[in-house]
Amino acid sequence: MSNYFKLIALGLVALLAMIAANYGRDLAYQVNAITVALAALITFVYVLRRTGEPSVPTDQTRYLDGVVRYGVIATAGWGVVGFLVGVIIAFQLAFPVLNLEWAQGYLNFGKLRPLHTSAVIFAFGGNALLATSFYVVQRTSAARLWGGNLAWFVFWGYQLVIVLAATGYILGATHGKEYAEPEWYVDLWLTIVWVAYLLVFMGTIMKRKERHIYVANWFYLSFILTVAMLHIVNNIAIPVSIFGSKSVQVFSGVQDAMTQWWYGHNAVGFFLTAGFLGMMYYFVPKQAERPVFSYKLSIIHFWALIFLYIWAGPHHLHYTALPDWASTLGMVFSVVLWMPSWGGMINGLMTLSGAWDKLRTDPIIRMMVISIGFYGMSTFEGPMMSIRAVNSLSHYTDWTIGHVHSGALGWNGMITFGALYFLVPKLWNRERLYSLSLVSWHFWLATIGIILYAASMWVTGIMEGLMWREVDANGFLVNSFADTVGAKFPMYVVRGLGGLMFLSGALIMCYNLWMTVRAAPRVESANHLVPAE
Amino acid sequence: METYSLLREFADSWVLLALFAFFVGVILFVMRPGSTKVYRDVADIPFRHDEKPALRERDAQEA
Repeated sequence: MSNYFKLIALGLVALLAMIAANYGRDLAYQVNAITVALAALITFVYVLRRTGEPSVPTDQTRYLDGVVRYGVIATAGWGVVGFLVGVIIAFQLAFPVLNLEWAQGYLNFGKLRPLHTSAVIFAFGGNALLATSFYVVQRTSAARLWGGNLAWFVFWGYQLVIVLAATGYILGATHGKEYAEPEWYVDLWLTIVWVAYLLVFMGTIMKRKERHIYVANWFYLSFILTVAMLHIVNNIAIPVSIFGSKSVQVFSGVQDAMTQWWYGHNAVGFFLTAGFLGMMYYFVPKQAERPVFSYKLSIIHFWALIFLYIWAGPHHLHYTALPDWASTLGMVFSVVLWMPSWGGMINGLMTLSGAWDKLRTDPIIRMMVISIGFYGMSTFEGPMMSIRAVNSLSHYTDWTIGHVHSGALGWNGMITFGALYFLVPKLWNRERLYSLSLVSWHFWLATIGIILYAASMWVTGIMEGLMWREVDANGFLVNSFADTVGAKFPMYVVRGLGGLMFLSGALIMCYNLWMTVRAAPRVESANHLVPAE
Repeated sequence: METYSLLREFADSWVLLALFAFFVGVILFVMRPGSTKVYRDVADIPFRHDEKPALRERDAQEA
């Protein structure tokens, strides 16, 4: 019966989307409307083919792993796309001729840059968070995901957000807010998907069979809740027309800037830190086969982190129209934040105490350990850069870019790769990975790639900062802006090469995971027949 | 008094105190007597239900 309502709703959505495409005022809006119509029609056919079939009750004695499998595939796929676009724009900066003449307005740096950031943060990172949170919350609650097929809705709905956002960027629909570029209708759709995500996650926790909520779930939950709050507040905007992609922000001036960086920094704090710490607190103990070093520390880590992170945003706005007290507040909280971050790092690293020998034999553990190492490094670098005096040198330079990438490639990337290597054999019922030596190749390519990236950005960032502020005896600036751009060329090439190595590592991973599913031996079924004595 | 000043007054005094007290409370709660035993059990949660969901409620004490 409910299928008939679904069919009516999907048909209406498809119809309205096609009407919207017809009346659309700009190309991006029209393409997005057609995409929505197609998605609704595909879902319509899918539901239609199952209507009238006898319904199979969900088996509560098994975990819902299908959606995790899809999430793993999406993570690896979007990861490669995001890294590839990153490599392209890195070389576009080094060799401007790569901003091809025939693709001007579509595939030049300005259009591809938000595509890269959103693809790696929200498509790669977001899918990694979806997949691992669904996996972890089931195992640590000893309960199947709540809400039947709602988890599937979350997965496909989120992919639709990604596709709408990506095509929108290229065709020119953007809020112009960093990391919050999607326009109003994508924001609304993401809100619906996110509420469904919260329901699935909370519902599973509510029906848990373990009395205690494991710490990883606390981190995941704070990530889901806070991202919902950040997303809604930062995207308050009024569309100019219901048939167009353009919308106008409600906040203006310094309030808008502060809201944006409150959002921006907490997207780092809760999306890229809290969520991924949830991964760390599950996958590192699992791979090391020993419980977390100190559970007490993990609780203090959690509360300290979420109490402090939310205040750190103003450090993005030093020396602007923002009042001094606000930027001082942001700076102080950023420096204090160093402590819980390192508490978490110590907790992750010390989980290996007594099992350090695994570093020699297990490249997956090595990956996780280096990711925690990069977490520690970038959470030291970040507070340092948030200090006003340091920021006056580092802000607007490539040092910031280097800092972000040591966190994103090192911490988020490596812990995700570790989780993927852990998950694929489990999810596809394989005894082991196809090849551990390929994991080692991935590890070294990625690590050396990140080092090339971060080191070249330190050099070019500090050089650029010093060149900008250099004045002669009469107080005149010594360098023109173009001088700094010219001086950065060699470091830009090194950075591009680092990115290329990171991308090749990810391609090796995809091949390895693919072959694991295709060729690695299956796990012997646990309840196979035992011959009678 | 305008709304901003009023809220600011609260934020700078009672709310700050409440947040700080909550945080200190968390630390004291974590260190409570008997917590080590509970947390040793809790830290083992990831190793318990790898294959399939539990059929019935599990008490933290029974381990």
